[in-house]
Amino acid sequence: MSTASQTTPRIAPGRAGVKKELPDHFKDYRHVWVFLELERGNVHPVSFELLGEGRKLADKLEVQLAGVVLGPPGEMVEDAVAEAFAYGADLVYIVDAPPLADYRNEPFAKALTDLVNTHKPEILLLGATTLGRDLAGSVATTLQTGLTADCTELDVDSDGSLAATRPTFGGSLLCTIYTLNYRPQMATVRPRVMPMPQRVDKPVGRVMRHKLSLVEDDIVTKVLGFLPDNQSAMANLAYADVVVAGGLGLGAAENLQLVKNLARAIGAEHGCSRPLVQKGWMPADRQIGQTGKTIRPKLYIAAGISGAIQHRVGVEGADLIVAINTDPNAPIFEFAHLGIVTDAIRFLPALTEAFTRRLSPHSRDKLAS
Amino acid sequence: MIEQFDAIVVGAGMSGNAAAYTLASQGLKVLQLERGEYPGSKNVQGAIMYANMLEKIIPDFRDDAPLERHLVEQRLWVLDDTSHTGIHYRSDDFNEAKPNRYTIIRAQFDKWFSRKVREAGATVLCETTATELVRDGNGKVIGVRTDRAGGVVFANVVVLAEGVSGLLGTRAGLREMPKPETVALAVKEMHFLPEEVIGQRFGVKGDEGCVIEAVGTISRSMAGLGFLYTNKESISLGIGCLVSDFAATMESPSALLDAMKNHPSIRPLIAGSEVKEYAAHLIPEGGYKAIPQLFGDGWVIVGDAAQLNNAIHREGSNLAMTSGRVAAEAIIKVKSRNGPMTKANLALYKTMLDDSFVIKDLKKYKDMPALLHTNSSNFFDSYPRLMSHAAQNFMRVDGTPKIEKEKNTTAAFINARSRWGLVSDAVRLALAWR
Amino acid sequence: MHIVICIKQVPDSAQIRVHPVTNTIMRQGVPTIINPYDLFALEEALKLRDVHGGEVTVLTMGPPMAEDSLRKALGYGADRAVLLTDRYFAGSDTLATSFALSQAIAKIGETFGRPDIVFTGKQTIDGDTAQVGPGIAKRLDLSQLTYVAKIASIDLDTREIEVARRAEGGTQLLKSRLPCLITMLEDTNEIRRGSLQQALCAARRQVVKWTAADAGIDDLTRCGLRGSPTVVKRVFAPTARAERAAQIDTAERGLQDIADELIADILTRRPALEHELAFNSGT
Ligand SMILES: Cc1cc2nc3c(=O)[nH]c(=O)nc-3n(C[C@H](O)[C@H](O)[C@H](O)COP(=O)(O)OP(=O)(O)OC[C@H]3O[C@@H](n4cnc5c(N)ncnc54)[C@H](O)[C@@H]3O)c2cc1C
Ligand SMILES: Cc1cc2nc3c(=O)[nH]c(=O)nc-3n(C[C@H](O)[C@H](O)[C@H](O)COP(=O)(O)OP(=O)(O)OC[C@H]3O[C@@H](n4cnc5c(N)ncnc54)[C@H](O)[C@@H]3O)c2cc1C
Ligand SMILES: Nc1ncnc2c1ncn2[C@@H]1O[C@H](COP(=O)(O)O)[C@@H](O)[C@H]1O
Repeated sequence: MSTASQTTPRIAPGRAGVKKELPDHFKDYRHVWVFLELERGNVHPVSFELLGEGRKLADKLEVQLAGVVLGPPGEMVEDAVAEAFAYGADLVYIVDAPPLADYRNEPFAKALTDLVNTHKPEILLLGATTLGRDLAGSVATTLQTGLTADCTELDVDSDGSLAATRPTFGGSLLCTIYTLNYRPQMATVRPRVMPMPQRVDKPVGRVMRHKLSLVEDDIVTKVLGFLPDNQSAMANLAYADVVVAGGLGLGAAENLQLVKNLARAIGAEHGCSRPLVQKGWMPADRQIGQTGKTIRPKLYIAAGISGAIQHRVGVEGADLIVAINTDPNAPIFEFAHLGIVTDAIRFLPALTEAFTRRLSPHSRDKLAS
Repeated sequence: MIEQFDAIVVGAGMSGNAAAYTLASQGLKVLQLERGEYPGSKNVQGAIMYANMLEKIIPDFRDDAPLERHLVEQRLWVLDDTSHTGIHYRSDDFNEAKPNRYTIIRAQFDKWFSRKVREAGATVLCETTATELVRDGNGKVIGVRTDRAGGVVFANVVVLAEGVSGLLGTRAGLREMPKPETVALAVKEMHFLPEEVIGQRFGVKGDEGCVIEAVGTISRSMAGLGFLYTNKESISLGIGCLVSDFAATMESPSALLDAMKNHPSIRPLIAGSEVKEYAAHLIPEGGYKAIPQLFGDGWVIVGDAAQLNNAIHREGSNLAMTSGRVAAEAIIKVKSRNGPMTKANLALYKTMLDDSFVIKDLKKYKDMPALLHTNSSNFFDSYPRLMSHAAQNFMRVDGTPKIEKEKNTTAAFINARSRWGLVSDAVRLALAWR
Repeated sequence: MHIVICIKQVPDSAQIRVHPVTNTIMRQGVPTIINPYDLFALEEALKLRDVHGGEVTVLTMGPPMAEDSLRKALGYGADRAVLLTDRYFAGSDTLATSFALSQAIAKIGETFGRPDIVFTGKQTIDGDTAQVGPGIAKRLDLSQLTYVAKIASIDLDTREIEVARRAEGGTQLLKSRLPCLITMLEDTNEIRRGSLQQALCAARRQVVKWTAADAGIDDLTRCGLRGSPTVVKRVFAPTARAERAAQIDTAERGLQDIADELIADILTRRPALEHELAFNSGT
């Protein structure tokens, strides 16, 4: 990527140069919407990240930011509404009906499509979670509009259209995509790609409540049960503040213990690059990167990871990246903040020990005095 | 259901494709087996392809074959540690309507060739390894077993085109495992560069291409050769040495390749490239004397599997294609006379091959492999150094009278190798070349 | 049972290179493969056929060379392959792709029997959108079961299907009806090797090739570039960070020394971390 900074963007061939007048029936599509995803009673944090992003877009366009909450009647929905305002929404649309208790495509797609057709937003954002992707794909198809997946950057163009930027070809390139001549302009964004905005307690503002035009009997798919993941065994990588990860440079499965030891010593989550998952050395939910988790920790320590683009895109949001690699030319040193050219297998135990010393109550007292 | 074919071709490399295509286009019922994921998937090398031999099989191949560049320039370099002395030959005559040599990328070329084979009517099975030859009570080969479930297929004749490291022929005792002294191990990389950069660095335009072959200290006294071929957007670069030399010197092939890439004459040519596909492959280099029995009851053997490779001229695929085609033509002839595929009938293949450039060329250089092997440190280290010295001495203008310079050079050669040694190397080289 | 599975031929993105000057993709020498996620779906389809009988039809939309992928799929044991290829499809985004594929699936239904299940992969490794599956489901009015980890049961008489579906934070057990569209989760299966007989049959089978017209698509404005609401306006390389990593000197020092300096450096840059780390590690 060393040449990247000098290159000027290229205009893609085809229709890209063309920008036609928006058809009349789309001209009254206004405002920015964010779909709030309810997960077992809580709002998925990606929805807040999107509200933060939606706020910026709405301000630029000088329009309103609306949250959309779909769920069963009751406390869960009301709480989500309060959160939507706290994270910056100007108004909230609610569809609350019993069939929306658990996620299923039919009632959710129906509810969201109907809302869009009634209130006509110009931009609709969803999280690129399993739920968000399932929903966005079918809503966009019904609305016959464009949907840009997994965006890493959202902006408003000089003429007010949404410029959605996303990685392409495995992250080697970025592309900016527009939805010409169709509304709403839809986009999904993966958790942790956008920063978490500040929460500000605010009174609940304008709420528009709608009915679901479906009843349970119309719905083909039924939920028989839900098996929650075993939370304690699950990696909470995406939202961890400190992450230590190992790559192929560690050489053998047993050396991953060195990564885990360091993680334990400093209260971090541990993760890995993709080859380790492919080798079966680590479970898939520990994979960081384009096809794994995007992380945004305050500190990321990568040991024996080369820093391939697919890995890089998952960690670039970290505040401080420390890389340990034997190869001074490893690409990871191009985006890490601090680098050490050394053998991670020998260095990790030393680092663990040094951290433990530094963080022990004893040494803290000494530092304080 | 037991399937019976006219011929089974084992391998979808150059020789196998040539054989299968020729057989199928004459209406024979052909099954071709390839162990790779697709034809060419095991053949990552960039290579030189000789048009003449392919024209004899597919005359209009230029219409759609994936060709990289046609060659207009050949360089032969003798390297010491910091310099090269060389011969260049370049001619605009090679910009002809039907160029003579092309660079190709095997993975793509083999795929194309295989499509032609299929279109000619052969049944091509990839990801299928022939594991064993099946024989009847008299020892005649009547089919092959494969590694797929339910896997025996039968045929009147089996064409072994399995390359140098194929195990079928050796397992069946039809040929010996290649000996370390008769195979070279070549390592190679693809260096990707934008088309324009390649054009600039090698002074070529459009589809013109250039080849560099290099001998000298890069092979660290072993019998070896480095090569560099220009493709459209990449450079194939590699070096090969005899396996026995690697074993004796404990040199690592990849270290050799690294050193070659860092040679001051080579480094600037590949600077800034993106490297992909490190690969290693064997090249049979035993020459004429290593050719095994080429035919038997129900079988023939072609290409690298039969050691049909001209190491001196870096020719392999043309011998492979020609032997594949000739074997197929022999089989077709036998079949057209309604003859059974016996050893006696298939001897026709050998007769026809003896009459072609394949055997004639190999015979010409029959003594070269042994010579280069036994004198490798002279041919690949001392002489290159001496030559560089001589050239440098000659080019440096420092007030030394020319006559003195010549004397110094001669003295340096004699010091290094004695007068008798020099003469004997020259004579032996001349004899082997003859 | 008739199963249709959509596969896509993709460049092996591990081997993609970007031209350093023009920022275009250098495809030369990049092998193409079947989108790896699609193989999990293909194997699931083959397994279902083995249990319930019937046929598996593989479908792809792409350039003529996409036939290679279909041949591979036949080699794995699919019964029929359909290649949808036409210059009108060039430049399709997910909306146009799902349109073309759903029209082709409808045509496959008319020609070879109505499908009970349509499979797609979870996502592709080039487009990476996971949108084409849901798009097909919506257009063909199939019940949409995405991220399926396991098909628990299928009852062809009552036309009911039960699946375990990966959801955020857990696994959903769903009951739905045929016909449905399933996108299969990764690592659910391993693609099989066909027997020699199957491989021989596959090698001789013809791939059905359809143009837009053959697939019964009259409205070409819904295909390819014209039928795609999204437009790629520009393509560019990610900006490099201005500075490379600051290197901690390691020459002739003990590991502990280096570690101490690293920690000091970390904490100078992010003083707040001291408390976080300590807090987290519970000391
Ligand atoms: C479609 C696609 C999606 C992908 N998605 C992801 C993804 O989500 N996440 C991901 O991580 N990858 C992903 N990849 C893979 C990615 O391209 C790289 O192959 C991968 O990240 C490399 O992993 P690595 O750095 O562990 O291994 P390597 O690239 O092999 O690097 C190992 C590094 O360790 C160093 N090293 C060796 N020994 C030592 C030692 N003793 N001490 C210290 N350093 C040492 C080496 O110098 C080297 O830099 C994806 C690829 C594709 C094609
Ligand atoms: C680095 C390098 C560079 C070269 N450069 C050139 C060059 O520039 N010009 C040139 O003319 N020659 C070159 N050669 C030599 C040339 O590549 C060979 O001579 C030629 O490929 C031989 O063709 P073949 O068909 O005999 O064998 P191969 O091409 O080796 O094909 C054998 C095939 O059989 C398959 N196979 C093996 N066993 C089985 C089995 N049991 N069942 C099923 N399938 C099997 C293999 O997978 C393989 O695809 C080069 C060789 C090397 C290594
Ligand atoms: N051109 C295509 N032909 C056939 N199937 C496709 C095509 N594009 C996408 N698909 C299917 O849709 C799935 C999701 O693709 P995508 O939305 O691009 O991530 C893939 O796994 C394929 O099963």
